[in-house]
Amino acid sequence: MMEKQPVLQTKGITKYFHDPVKFQALNDISIDAYKGEFLTIMGKSGCGKSTLLYLLSTMDTDYEGEITIDSVNVTGMKQNQLAGIRNEKIGFVFQFHYLLPEFSCLKNVMIPALRLGNYSRQEIEARAFNKLEILGLKDQALKPASKLSGGQQQRVAIARALINDPKLIMGDEPTGNLDSKNTQIVFDIFKQLTVEFGQTIIAVTHDTDFAKASDRTIEMLDGKILSHGR
Amino acid sequence: MKYKHNISSEISTSYVVTSKKLTLIAALGVTIGLAIFVFMNSMMKGFDRISTEAIFKTVSHIRLYKDDETSMPLPLSEKENTARLIVNPKIVPENNVLVNPESLIKLLKAQDNVTVVSPQTNVSVFYNSGKSQISGLSSGINVEEADRMFNIKSTMVEGELNDLKNVQNGILLGVGIATKMNVKTGDNISIISSKNVVKVMKVVGLFRTNNSNTDKSKSYINTSVAQQLLLQSSTYITDINVNVKDFDNAKLYADKFSRITGYKAEDWKAANETLMAASRMRKIIITVISTSILFVAGFGIYNILNMTISQKINDIAILKAMGFRGHDVIRIFVQQALVIGMIGSVMGLALATILVNVLKHVYIGGDIGYFPIRFEPSIYLSGFIFGFIITFFAGYIPARKAANVDPVSIFRK
Ligand SMILES: Nc1ncnc2c1ncn2[C@@H]1O[C@H](COP(=O)(O)OP(=O)(O)O)[C@@H](O)[C@H]1O
Ligand SMILES: [Mg+2]
Repeated sequence: MMEKQPVLQTKGITKYFHDPVKFQALNDISIDAYKGEFLTIMGKSGCGKSTLLYLLSTMDTDYEGEITIDSVNVTGMKQNQLAGIRNEKIGFVFQFHYLLPEFSCLKNVMIPALRLGNYSRQEIEARAFNKLEILGLKDQALKPASKLSGGQQQRVAIARALINDPKLIMGDEPTGNLDSKNTQIVFDIFKQLTVEFGQTIIAVTHDTDFAKASDRTIEMLDGKILSHGR
Repeated sequence: MKYKHNISSEISTSYVVTSKKLTLIAALGVTIGLAIFVFMNSMMKGFDRISTEAIFKTVSHIRLYKDDETSMPLPLSEKENTARLIVNPKIVPENNVLVNPESLIKLLKAQDNVTVVSPQTNVSVFYNSGKSQISGLSSGINVEEADRMFNIKSTMVEGELNDLKNVQNGILLGVGIATKMNVKTGDNISIISSKNVVKVMKVVGLFRTNNSNTDKSKSYINTSVAQQLLLQSSTYITDINVNVKDFDNAKLYADKFSRITGYKAEDWKAANETLMAASRMRKIIITVISTSILFVAGFGIYNILNMTISQKINDIAILKAMGFRGHDVIRIFVQQALVIGMIGSVMGLALATILVNVLKHVYIGGDIGYFPIRFEPSIYLSGFIFGFIITFFAGYIPARKAANVDPVSIFRK
């Protein structure tokens, strides 16, 4: 069996909010996520799942403890460096799609790759087409993002998260607004990414079936880890 | 290998294109602001130009003369028991004559940037013709140099300037004097000097400077006649007029001439303090008004950017989440501001050109004639640069705010 290779590690993460009153949202969280793992996080509303995900994604830097992504300790890094790491190594999917409504689906998918600049424009366009095809949206590619249905928009957002082939894909209730059919499509894509390309998925979900079908589920309660799963 | 795709610029362009109406309105603000800025400043420059042109018809850039000296109070005696003599300071009664003018003229001509040096002997006179008597000032000149300095030929309305050279007792009268005394070219008049010397002069021409005070009192005669009127020798010179290349810096040269000659050298600005004060005032008012209008245009852009930023706050959050840096975000909005500014500027400069061209053909009359305005490239340039700077900051200030948006605070909503 292949040895487990950690892509993301946290050591004793603690997070306080100060407004309106001092409140401990996360308490001594130490977790690992491995290469090719499909990891889900569950817990009651308000237990700190989103807060944790924002820390893991390097967008929120106000915490105690340490976060290591792809063997690099990102704690204390400058904003510009973190932006570079997000651009290259992390893909995001939220409950809402956050597409740029003026742009076509294709252009929306291309944006992170154009920012990264690893490929020429033609190559990026071809890769974006390819991602849209994987998500079953090839014929929608040139439509403006605002003209698609909610399920389609969410899939475009996933294609965008995949464009730079990130090591980590994070989702905060990525299927929260989707019907069961679309949820199944997204799940299958995530599964395929972990199995075929060795990418790591960390997804917050309220959907028990979705969580059960994943590789591992971390359970949280009141800012603490209740179980690391399996 | 890394590619540089300017995605920030593409996003910026899409924001401009999708809000054409707002873009146009903000651009119109710049158009009007810049047009008025350029127009008002061109007008001011025109006014300044005609006013200096008028001044230089009778005044040289620098005038060298002997200033009245005031007696110094006597030094107090150191010894005790001596009476102290107290004397009020008074003007020392001396001749206002420049000693050895020839060598002074030579010295001045040798200085850098000096274009014309023209000695003058001024005499206070009364012009007499029949019963009418007018007081005035007659300048004894060397015709050629004085013409080079004051462009007398261009102000002549009757007669020939060269006749003054040929007719020893010739006199060139201001039109105001001629009208009052009802004389014309070819007539004779008599003048009487402060030294009570009377001379009959032949009018060889009339001039009009458009400064009615000058036209009603001034005349030109030959230097030798002026010297005779003052009962002085042929070396008697009261003023040496000097023109320099850049009259705006006349004061610098005046100070220098003063130092090297030991006489008082007064620049034209000091000699026309009232006019200069009026011009400064005009400049302050026009500068304040025209820059405020440009600032208002800047606020228009600032507003529109703030609006775009609050509308596009989700875009900003997701772009930052996907790895856009602060300066990538700043570039989006600064570019938007600059595009608005450029559209506005081009239209503004065009509008200013139209305004200038229309006004140029408006006849005002009087001393001025046509409206003294013309195409001033330097003002177009400074308006454009100034507009650009205002536009930049009108974009940069909101853009910096956008760059500091915390994406997490947006995603939580
Ligand atoms: N910006 C904030 N300021 C103060 N408290 C916050 C803030 N964001 C979240 N919280 C609190 O932190 C806790 C965890 O929130 P969150 O991570 O959003 O929970 P969830 O598990 O539902 O995603 C909640 O009690 C929430 O009220
Ligand atoms: Mg949440």
